[in-house]
Amino acid sequence: MDLILFFLLAFVAVGCAINLVLQSHPISSAISLIGVMVSLAGLYLLLGAEFIAAAQIIVYAGAIMVLFTIVIMLLNSGKEAPGRMNNLSRFLGLPLLLVMVGLLAMVLVQVVPPTQEVKFGNFTGGGPADLGMLLFTKYVLPFEATSVLILVAILGAVVLALKEMD
Amino acid sequence: MDFLTNSGVPISWYLILSAILFAIGASGFLIRRNIITVFMCIELMLNAVNLSFISFSYMWRQVDGHIITFFVMVVAAAEAAVGLAIILTIYRNRRTLEIDQINALKN
Repeated sequence: MDLILFFLLAFVAVGCAINLVLQSHPISSAISLIGVMVSLAGLYLLLGAEFIAAAQIIVYAGAIMVLFTIVIMLLNSGKEAPGRMNNLSRFLGLPLLLVMVGLLAMVLVQVVPPTQEVKFGNFTGGGPADLGMLLFTKYVLPFEATSVLILVAILGAVVLALKEMD
Repeated sequence: MDFLTNSGVPISWYLILSAILFAIGASGFLIRRNIITVFMCIELMLNAVNLSFISFSYMWRQVDGHIITFFVMVVAAAEAAVGLAIILTIYRNRRTLEIDQINALKN
Protein backbone atom coordinates (compact mmCIF):
# COMPACT_ATOMS: atom_id res chain seq x y z
CA MET A 1 0.00 0.00 0.00
CA ASP A 2 2.86 2.35 0.83
CA LEU A 3 4.44 1.73 -2.56
CA ILE A 4 1.20 2.31 -4.49
CA LEU A 5 0.42 5.54 -2.62
CA PHE A 6 4.00 6.78 -3.02
CA PHE A 7 4.02 6.21 -6.78
CA LEU A 8 0.56 7.75 -7.21
CA LEU A 9 1.47 10.91 -5.28
CA ALA A 10 4.96 11.14 -6.82
CA PHE A 11 3.60 10.92 -10.37
CA VAL A 12 0.98 13.56 -9.62
CA ALA A 13 3.65 15.82 -8.08
CA VAL A 14 6.15 15.45 -10.94
CA GLY A 15 3.44 15.74 -13.60
CA CYS A 16 2.04 18.91 -12.06
CA ALA A 17 5.57 20.36 -11.68
CA ILE A 18 6.37 19.73 -15.37
CA ASN A 19 3.00 21.25 -16.28
CA LEU A 20 3.88 24.30 -14.17
CA VAL A 21 7.04 24.90 -16.19
CA LEU A 22 5.49 24.18 -19.60
CA GLN A 23 2.23 26.14 -19.37
CA SER A 24 2.31 29.59 -20.93
CA HIS A 25 -0.50 31.14 -18.89
CA PRO A 26 0.29 31.97 -15.23
CA ILE A 27 -3.10 30.84 -13.91
CA SER A 28 -2.51 27.32 -15.29
CA SER A 29 0.88 27.32 -13.61
CA ALA A 30 -0.71 28.39 -10.31
CA ILE A 31 -3.26 25.55 -10.43
CA SER A 32 -0.47 23.05 -11.24
CA LEU A 33 1.49 24.34 -8.25
CA ILE A 34 -1.56 23.71 -6.03
CA GLY A 35 -1.56 20.12 -7.35
CA VAL A 36 2.11 19.72 -6.41
CA MET A 37 1.48 21.06 -2.91
CA VAL A 38 -1.53 18.82 -2.24
CA SER A 39 0.32 15.68 -3.38
CA LEU A 40 3.31 16.71 -1.25
CA ALA A 41 0.93 16.97 1.73
CA GLY A 42 -0.06 13.35 1.06
CA LEU A 43 3.60 12.33 1.04
CA TYR A 44 4.13 14.16 4.35
CA LEU A 45 1.30 12.09 5.82
CA LEU A 46 3.01 8.90 4.62
CA LEU A 47 6.19 10.11 6.35
CA GLY A 48 4.34 10.59 9.64
CA ALA A 49 4.29 14.40 9.61
CA GLU A 50 0.61 15.04 10.29
CA PHE A 51 0.93 18.61 11.52
CA ILE A 52 3.16 19.66 8.63
CA ALA A 53 0.75 18.05 6.15
CA ALA A 54 -2.13 20.11 7.57
CA ALA A 55 0.01 23.26 7.59
CA GLN A 56 1.04 22.57 3.99
CA ILE A 57 -2.61 22.49 2.88
CA ILE A 58 -3.66 25.52 4.95
CA VAL A 59 -0.63 27.80 4.54
CA TYR A 60 0.76 26.87 1.13
CA ALA A 61 -2.19 25.59 -0.91
CA GLY A 62 -4.54 27.93 0.91
CA ALA A 63 -3.00 31.25 1.85
CA ILE A 64 0.03 31.63 -0.42
CA MET A 65 -1.61 30.35 -3.59
CA VAL A 66 -4.69 32.52 -3.01
CA LEU A 67 -2.30 35.48 -2.82
CA PHE A 68 -0.73 34.40 -6.13
CA THR A 69 -4.07 33.98 -7.93
CA ILE A 70 -5.28 37.34 -6.62
CA VAL A 71 -2.16 39.05 -8.01
CA ILE A 72 -2.55 37.24 -11.36
CA MET A 73 -6.17 38.41 -11.51
CA LEU A 74 -5.31 41.93 -10.41
CA LEU A 75 -2.61 42.39 -13.03
CA ASN A 76 -4.70 40.59 -15.67
CA SER A 77 -1.56 38.77 -16.68
CA GLY A 78 -1.94 37.24 -20.13
CA LYS A 79 -0.04 34.58 -22.03
CA GLU A 80 3.72 34.74 -22.05
CA ALA A 81 5.37 35.70 -25.35
CA PRO A 82 7.13 32.77 -27.05
CA GLY A 83 10.67 32.37 -25.83
CA ARG A 84 13.87 33.33 -27.53
CA MET A 85 16.37 30.77 -26.27
CA ASN A 86 19.76 30.41 -27.85
CA ASN A 87 20.67 27.10 -29.45
CA LEU A 88 22.91 26.00 -26.61
CA SER A 89 20.17 26.11 -24.00
CA ARG A 90 17.56 24.72 -26.38
CA PHE A 91 19.47 21.56 -27.27
CA LEU A 92 21.68 21.05 -24.23
CA GLY A 93 19.32 22.21 -21.46
CA LEU A 94 17.20 19.08 -21.07
CA PRO A 95 20.07 16.54 -21.38
CA LEU A 96 22.14 18.45 -18.83
CA LEU A 97 19.14 18.60 -16.47
CA LEU A 98 18.70 14.83 -16.78
CA VAL A 99 22.43 14.31 -16.14
CA MET A 100 22.19 16.46 -12.99
CA VAL A 101 19.18 14.53 -11.66
CA GLY A 102 20.82 11.21 -12.54
CA LEU A 103 24.02 12.10 -10.70
CA LEU A 104 22.06 13.28 -7.65
CA ALA A 105 20.02 10.06 -7.66
CA MET A 106 23.18 7.95 -7.91
CA VAL A 107 24.79 9.73 -4.96
CA LEU A 108 21.60 9.51 -2.88
CA VAL A 109 21.16 5.79 -3.50
CA GLN A 110 24.78 5.17 -2.47
CA VAL A 111 24.83 7.44 0.59
CA VAL A 112 21.46 6.67 2.17
CA PRO A 113 21.43 3.17 3.71
CA PRO A 114 19.03 0.92 1.75
CA THR A 115 17.76 -0.68 4.94
CA GLN A 116 15.91 2.54 5.75
CA GLU A 117 12.35 1.98 4.59
CA VAL A 118 9.32 4.18 4.98
CA LYS A 119 6.28 2.36 6.32
CA PHE A 120 3.20 4.29 7.36
CA GLY A 121 2.87 4.24 11.14
CA ASN A 122 6.49 3.47 12.03
CA PHE A 123 7.20 7.04 13.09
CA THR A 124 4.54 8.89 15.04
CA GLY A 125 6.47 11.88 16.36
CA GLY A 126 4.96 14.47 14.03
CA GLY A 127 1.81 15.36 15.92
CA PRO A 128 1.07 18.87 17.21
CA ALA A 129 2.00 17.95 20.81
CA ASP A 130 5.54 16.78 19.96
CA LEU A 131 6.11 19.67 17.58
CA GLY A 132 4.86 22.24 20.08
CA MET A 133 7.02 20.81 22.86
CA LEU A 134 10.15 21.15 20.74
CA LEU A 135 9.12 24.51 19.27
CA PHE A 136 8.65 26.16 22.66
CA THR A 137 11.73 24.70 24.36
CA LYS A 138 14.67 24.12 22.02
CA TYR A 139 13.58 26.42 19.19
CA VAL A 140 11.99 29.23 21.19
CA LEU A 141 14.52 31.85 20.05
CA PRO A 142 14.06 31.24 16.29
CA PHE A 143 10.32 31.18 16.94
CA GLU A 144 10.43 34.64 18.51
CA ALA A 145 12.70 35.90 15.72
CA THR A 146 10.08 34.69 13.23
CA SER A 147 7.51 37.04 14.75
CA VAL A 148 9.86 39.98 14.12
CA LEU A 149 10.35 38.74 10.55
CA ILE A 150 6.60 38.68 9.93
CA LEU A 151 6.24 42.17 11.39
CA VAL A 152 8.98 43.45 9.05
CA ALA A 153 7.33 41.70 6.09
CA ILE A 154 3.96 43.32 6.86
CA LEU A 155 5.59 46.74 7.18
CA GLY A 156 7.48 46.22 3.92
CA ALA A 157 4.32 45.22 2.04
CA VAL A 158 2.45 48.25 3.43
CA VAL A 159 5.27 50.64 2.52
CA LEU A 160 5.43 49.25 -1.04
CA ALA A 161 1.65 49.54 -1.39
CA LEU A 162 1.67 53.13 -0.10
CA LYS A 163 4.35 54.10 -2.60
CA GLU A 164 2.05 52.77 -5.27
CA MET A 165 -0.78 55.11 -4.36
CA ASP A 166 1.22 58.33 -4.67
CA MET B 1 0.78 -8.52 -5.23
CA ASP B 2 2.39 -9.19 -1.88
CA PHE B 3 5.32 -7.02 -2.93
CA LEU B 4 3.01 -4.12 -3.72
CA THR B 5 0.94 -4.27 -0.55
CA ASN B 6 3.47 -5.09 2.14
CA SER B 7 6.83 -3.59 1.24
CA GLY B 8 7.90 -0.13 2.36
CA VAL B 9 9.40 2.60 0.22
CA PRO B 10 13.18 3.16 0.42
CA ILE B 11 13.88 6.58 1.88
CA SER B 12 16.25 7.40 -0.98
CA TRP B 13 13.26 7.39 -3.37
CA TYR B 14 11.72 10.25 -1.42
CA LEU B 15 15.02 12.13 -1.67
CA ILE B 16 15.23 11.43 -5.42
CA LEU B 17 11.68 12.76 -5.84
CA SER B 18 12.78 15.87 -3.96
CA ALA B 19 15.79 16.24 -6.28
CA ILE B 20 13.58 15.87 -9.37
CA LEU B 21 11.15 18.53 -8.14
CA PHE B 22 14.03 20.86 -7.29
CA ALA B 23 15.57 20.40 -10.76
CA ILE B 24 12.23 21.11 -12.45
CA GLY B 25 11.81 24.24 -10.33
CA ALA B 26 15.33 25.44 -11.09
CA SER B 27 14.90 24.90 -14.85
CA GLY B 28 11.58 26.75 -14.77
CA PHE B 29 13.25 29.59 -12.89
CA LEU B 30 15.78 29.86 -15.71
CA ILE B 31 13.57 29.48 -18.80
CA ARG B 32 10.35 31.28 -17.88
CA ARG B 33 10.04 35.03 -18.40
CA ASN B 34 6.77 35.92 -16.71
CA ILE B 35 7.80 37.27 -13.30
CA ILE B 36 4.88 35.60 -11.47
CA THR B 37 5.72 32.19 -12.93
CA VAL B 38 9.36 32.65 -11.94
CA PHE B 39 8.17 33.35 -8.40
CA MET B 40 6.06 30.19 -8.43
CA CYS B 41 9.11 28.17 -9.50
CA ILE B 42 10.91 29.49 -6.39
CA GLU B 43 8.01 28.20 -4.28
CA LEU B 44 8.33 24.82 -6.02
CA MET B 45 12.03 24.65 -5.08
CA LEU B 46 11.20 25.50 -1.45
CA ASN B 47 8.63 22.70 -1.40
CA ALA B 48 11.16 20.21 -2.78
CA VAL B 49 13.62 21.10 -0.02
CA ASN B 50 10.85 20.72 2.57
CA LEU B 51 10.22 17.17 1.34
CA SER B 52 13.86 16.25 1.85
CA PHE B 53 13.81 17.77 5.36
CA ILE B 54 10.80 15.63 6.28
CA SER B 55 12.43 12.52 4.79
CA PHE B 56 15.63 13.03 6.79
CA SER B 57 13.49 13.66 9.85
CA TYR B 58 11.89 10.25 9.30
CA MET B 59 15.27 8.66 8.71
CA TRP B 60 16.71 9.83 12.05
CA ARG B 61 13.38 9.61 13.93
CA GLN B 62 13.78 13.24 15.02
CA VAL B 63 11.19 16.01 14.93
CA ASP B 64 13.75 18.78 14.29
CA GLY B 65 13.29 18.52 10.52
CA HIS B 66 9.58 19.22 10.95
CA ILE B 67 10.41 22.39 12.88
CA ILE B 68 12.75 23.57 10.11
CA THR B 69 10.03 22.87 7.54
CA PHE B 70 7.63 24.91 9.65
CA PHE B 71 10.06 27.85 9.66
CA VAL B 72 10.56 27.52 5.90
CA MET B 73 6.78 27.79 5.47
CA VAL B 74 6.65 30.94 7.59
CA VAL B 75 9.53 32.53 5.68
CA ALA B 76 7.90 31.54 2.36
CA ALA B 77 4.66 33.24 3.42
CA ALA B 78 6.51 36.45 4.36
CA GLU B 79 8.52 36.26 1.15
CA ALA B 80 5.37 35.82 -0.95
CA ALA B 81 3.73 38.86 0.65
CA VAL B 82 6.74 41.14 0.07
CA GLY B 83 7.56 39.68 -3.36
CA LEU B 84 4.05 40.10 -4.71
CA ALA B 85 3.98 43.68 -3.39
CA ILE B 86 7.22 44.31 -5.30
CA ILE B 87 5.70 42.74 -8.45
CA LEU B 88 2.66 45.04 -8.11
CA THR B 89 4.92 48.09 -7.78
CA ILE B 90 7.01 47.05 -10.79
CA TYR B 91 3.86 46.58 -12.85
CA ARG B 92 2.54 50.01 -11.83
CA ASN B 93 5.80 51.68 -12.83
CA ARG B 94 6.77 49.76 -15.97
CA ARG B 95 3.52 48.23 -17.26
CA THR B 96 5.13 44.88 -17.95
CA LEU B 97 5.64 41.48 -16.34
CA GLU B 98 8.36 40.26 -18.74
CA ILE B 99 11.62 39.98 -16.82
CA ASP B 100 13.62 40.59 -20.01
CA GLN B 101 12.21 44.11 -20.15
CA ILE B 102 12.87 44.87 -16.49
CA ASN B 103 16.59 45.66 -16.87
CA ALA B 104 16.97 49.01 -15.10
CA LEU B 105 20.06 47.80 -13.19
CA LYS B 106 21.83 46.62 -16.35
CA ASN B 107 23.06 49.96 -17.75
